[in-house]
Amino acid sequence: MISAQAWPYVALLLVGFLPNEVWRYLALIMAHSLDEDSELVVLARTIATALITGVVAKLVVFSGGELAGFPFALRLGAAAGGFIAFAVFRRSVFAGVAAGEAMLIVGGLFFRS
Amino acid sequence: MTLREFPSQPRALIAGILSAWGSVFFIVLAGTYIGLGALAHNFGFSPWWFALSTVIIWAAPAQVVLVSTLNAAGASLLEAAIAVTLSAVRLFPMVVALLPLLRKRARSVRDLLLPTHFTSISMWVESLRLLPGIDHKFRIAFCNGLSVGYMSTAVGFGFVGFFLAARLPPLLAGALLFLTPMSFLTSTARNCRQFIDVLAFIFGIVLGPLLAWYQVELDLMWSGVIGGLAAYAINRVREAVV
Repeated sequence: MISAQAWPYVALLLVGFLPNEVWRYLALIMAHSLDEDSELVVLARTIATALITGVVAKLVVFSGGELAGFPFALRLGAAAGGFIAFAVFRRSVFAGVAAGEAMLIVGGLFFRS
Repeated sequence: MTLREFPSQPRALIAGILSAWGSVFFIVLAGTYIGLGALAHNFGFSPWWFALSTVIIWAAPAQVVLVSTLNAAGASLLEAAIAVTLSAVRLFPMVVALLPLLRKRARSVRDLLLPTHFTSISMWVESLRLLPGIDHKFRIAFCNGLSVGYMSTAVGFGFVGFFLAARLPPLLAGALLFLTPMSFLTSTARNCRQFIDVLAFIFGIVLGPLLAWYQVELDLMWSGVIGGLAAYAINRVREAVV
């Protein structure tokens, strides 16, 4: 049996490392070039995009830890505000993150439970 | 155009490291991994576990997925593995695009094993930008240097985020946990160049929380697969109509 201490590391290898790494080495093995605009690559990209924004939205909607102490409306508002700042400031990730964080912290000063 | 050369392989490696630390991705990675370190703390992982995950996974999206699905709350391992692998398919075309820049002077496939593992968005963007101007002899060393520079940045700031999350007052610790969703939201939006990507982006945001709310099994996998396929189908129809 796997001890309790070793378990997170075994899980890291099996569930984190392997399913991620397989794509890198598959590409190395299938050495022939693959067109970046091929339909399969486009589909893989859209699935990955929807998956990532799904995870991220879950982190905002069902927050854990200290973030859960901020009201839902505030978390949503700060994310939306940050996104607007991102769009306004020529798609600057830095501007988006800074604005979202500022709104969350200022709002948190008043409305945090 | 003359290609840049170096006095030795180690010097090429060091030049790669310094180039990484001086690039804009240094700041991006620092912010991303402070957030991820805090997230790992929040979900009860050890800082060493998280550092190891950075070294062997070396893909921030896969790490967000893993950290947020592998927690105690009974999420199945299969679900986490499927979600991780779906987030990682994008690595395939990236490696395919990178290899031709490195292959000419590679003595064997062995020389390519490390750059293949190191392939991630930061290293990839910088490699595609810088390698064409570097002599073929030094490209692999320079490319590995870039990656060592980025990876050390990520590991270092992962620890910073982890320990800040443990010590900051609740207001700021909460703000730290907000870094990951905010930075991924904007950086993913930045990569949306076409209509189909924007659709996938929106579908994911709606489906992720919705499926989790209804406690659908494998909710992350489905938000990716349904959202991605729907975006693809709508785009196909749109192209056919227009």
